[in-house]
Amino acid sequence: MSVLSDTTVDTLCFATAGSVDDGKSTLVGRLLHDSKSVLTDQLEAVERASASRGAAVPDLALLTDGLRAEREQGITIDVAYRYFATARRRFILADTPGHVQYTRNMVTGASTAELTVILVDARNGVVEQTRRHTAIAALLRVPHVVLAVNKMDLAGYEESVFAAIAEEFTAYATGLGVPEVTAIPISALAGDNVVEPSAHMDWYGGPTVLEHLETVPVGQDPATRAARLPVQYVIRPRTAEHPDYRGYAGRIVAGTFRVGDDVTVLPSGRTTRISGIDLLGEPVDAAWPTQSVTVLLQDDVDVSRGDLIVPSTAAPPLTQDVTATVCHVADAPLTVGHRVLLKHGTRTVKAIVKDIPSRLTLDDLSSHPHPGRLVANDIGWVRLRTAEPLPLDAYEDSRRTGSFILIAPDDGTTLTAGMVGGFG
Amino acid sequence: MTTVASTAAGLPTGGAPHLSHLDVLESEAVHILREVAGEFENPVILFSGGKDSIVMLHLALKAFTPAPVPFALLHVDTGHNFPEVLEYRDRVVAEHGLRLHVASVQDYIDRGVLKERPDGTRNPLQTLPLTEKIQSERFDAVFGGGRRDEEKARAKERVFSLRDEFSQWDPRRQRPELWQLYNGRHAPGEHVRVFPLSNWTELDVWQYIAREDIELPGIYFAHEREVFRRSGMWLTAGEWGGPKESETVEKRLVRYRTVGDMSCTGAVDSDATTLDAVITEIAASRLTERGATRADDKMSEAAMEDRKREGYF
Repeated sequence: MSVLSDTTVDTLCFATAGSVDDGKSTLVGRLLHDSKSVLTDQLEAVERASASRGAAVPDLALLTDGLRAEREQGITIDVAYRYFATARRRFILADTPGHVQYTRNMVTGASTAELTVILVDARNGVVEQTRRHTAIAALLRVPHVVLAVNKMDLAGYEESVFAAIAEEFTAYATGLGVPEVTAIPISALAGDNVVEPSAHMDWYGGPTVLEHLETVPVGQDPATRAARLPVQYVIRPRTAEHPDYRGYAGRIVAGTFRVGDDVTVLPSGRTTRISGIDLLGEPVDAAWPTQSVTVLLQDDVDVSRGDLIVPSTAAPPLTQDVTATVCHVADAPLTVGHRVLLKHGTRTVKAIVKDIPSRLTLDDLSSHPHPGRLVANDIGWVRLRTAEPLPLDAYEDSRRTGSFILIAPDDGTTLTAGMVGGFG
Repeated sequence: MTTVASTAAGLPTGGAPHLSHLDVLESEAVHILREVAGEFENPVILFSGGKDSIVMLHLALKAFTPAPVPFALLHVDTGHNFPEVLEYRDRVVAEHGLRLHVASVQDYIDRGVLKERPDGTRNPLQTLPLTEKIQSERFDAVFGGGRRDEEKARAKERVFSLRDEFSQWDPRRQRPELWQLYNGRHAPGEHVRVFPLSNWTELDVWQYIAREDIELPGIYFAHEREVFRRSGMWLTAGEWGGPKESETVEKRLVRYRTVGDMSCTGAVDSDATTLDAVITEIAASRLTERGATRADDKMSEAAMEDRKREGYF
């Protein structure tokens, strides 16, 4: 990778997940360390801190456990974002906590990830947290799932141990609709199959974790889907130089917009034509995800923040009745009758929880009918009625225009992550 | 525009041209700036005259073009600033017709509200003037140029990060941040710190400065300067209180990797006088920018977290 120039090397956003003490932070530390992404002063700080705790070898988990409470307790509390690069790819890593009470942070990491690494302790195999994390990755439609069977050094590097766990996990994940599982036997502590191939597991012929991260295909290519532009802000200079400029600023989440395209503004349904597209000051003929642009329209139609500009030939349906799969992320429960705010794209509307038809039991994937409420970390199915019609895509078609959050009107707490559509 | 695979006219079948990594980072930062403009009443950009806040201002100029930037700037003036940086600040403000607010540490010391520390560093003293200015001007969104790659406590920071009425950060009670649906709701008296450069690394910032040809204060490039050694760093001699009698001043060829208070921001030996040379030097460096140049972060293992909890940026 050239250091001087802008590069076309692509970026993989990925998340780690796993139960407490499965060694996530150690894996992340090992990835950073062995890919030579840790600088001298960071390593010295870890060595100092490890020595002062009486540890014989540097504890790589201290590279990522950045909060005082995390180091005191030796667990990861909150998602942390790490950045590293190899010659082949740039990586944004969401290092997420394993503890049940912080599951919402795993949801946070998974919502923007294209790949999730789920760690399992080779001695314990698939446990409840493994199932929970796999279900979240499946519901959030993370395209790639990696099962890292860790602590193989403590399981005698036995192929049969790995094979049994990989088989059980793959069956569970496939049942949830995960399209692709890659299983890798590792020891994060000893460095087996993380960056360097292991000398202890001749029976394994697959990639190391880093090799897989470097080569997995990224980008579902939202450019080929129907175009979507949520309007963030209206740019009106009203200066002598630009007395009549009126541009609709936003970030394209799907599809391609071209000058001359016939478009519809939702929810009003008014139609017009794109007369110009400005890419941060430069006029262009076309724009695509994930560019931030300013669109100029031929007619003086009423467009404001919260509207969605779409091709007239491929508009999503408008609805005030939303059916969604949700992950509840707040401490206070979500109950039937609850009045909330719903943020979808750039639009925030009032909504009411009409019904909670079921809650998912992660152990056996059975559904618990009419639970009445969802508490923190629950996954369920919800029906909402909104005060205004929303242009909704199904989450399975679009992670951007098919997602929303629920917000408490009183104190602004983020309550719930929502994905349009039922269990699928 | 720096798309690589093709131009708009030659859009290939089967998908969009590949955006470069700087295009993606730029587009994301602009999205964040525009979300704040759309959702808040009275946002402000923290501007130190350092490279990160300079890039943030550059992005704001692009995000709202051809309209002016709809935000004012806020500088926390420690009283120990590099003169080149103050000159740069005032020039940028005048050039773009911006409004500048200044929160002055020296004023607080003169009024007896804050006390000079024995070690002479004023970095920790910035928190009170900053948070009082936020309250008195009723800023509801405060942009910072902080990046998650800087420091392990910063790695935990949300893009939209709620601060309570005392400007405190509670890392255990952060809002989950899902997809790109940023939640800016806050009660009166609370505000949101916003970090458009969260996903940028130091190298990204420099590559972007080179690509966009952004002017920087001269202290970022190698120049001869009178410095002295303290705690393993080269500090600039000056009226702020260095050197002590036991410390000797020498003339060295140095540059700065970060811009902060003169009393705790160290220079590094360097002969990099151009952007390309600086980028080559950073790519080869085995030290983080803070590890190389910030004394205050070395005070304890959780120095940054502790200051951020109190309201530091």
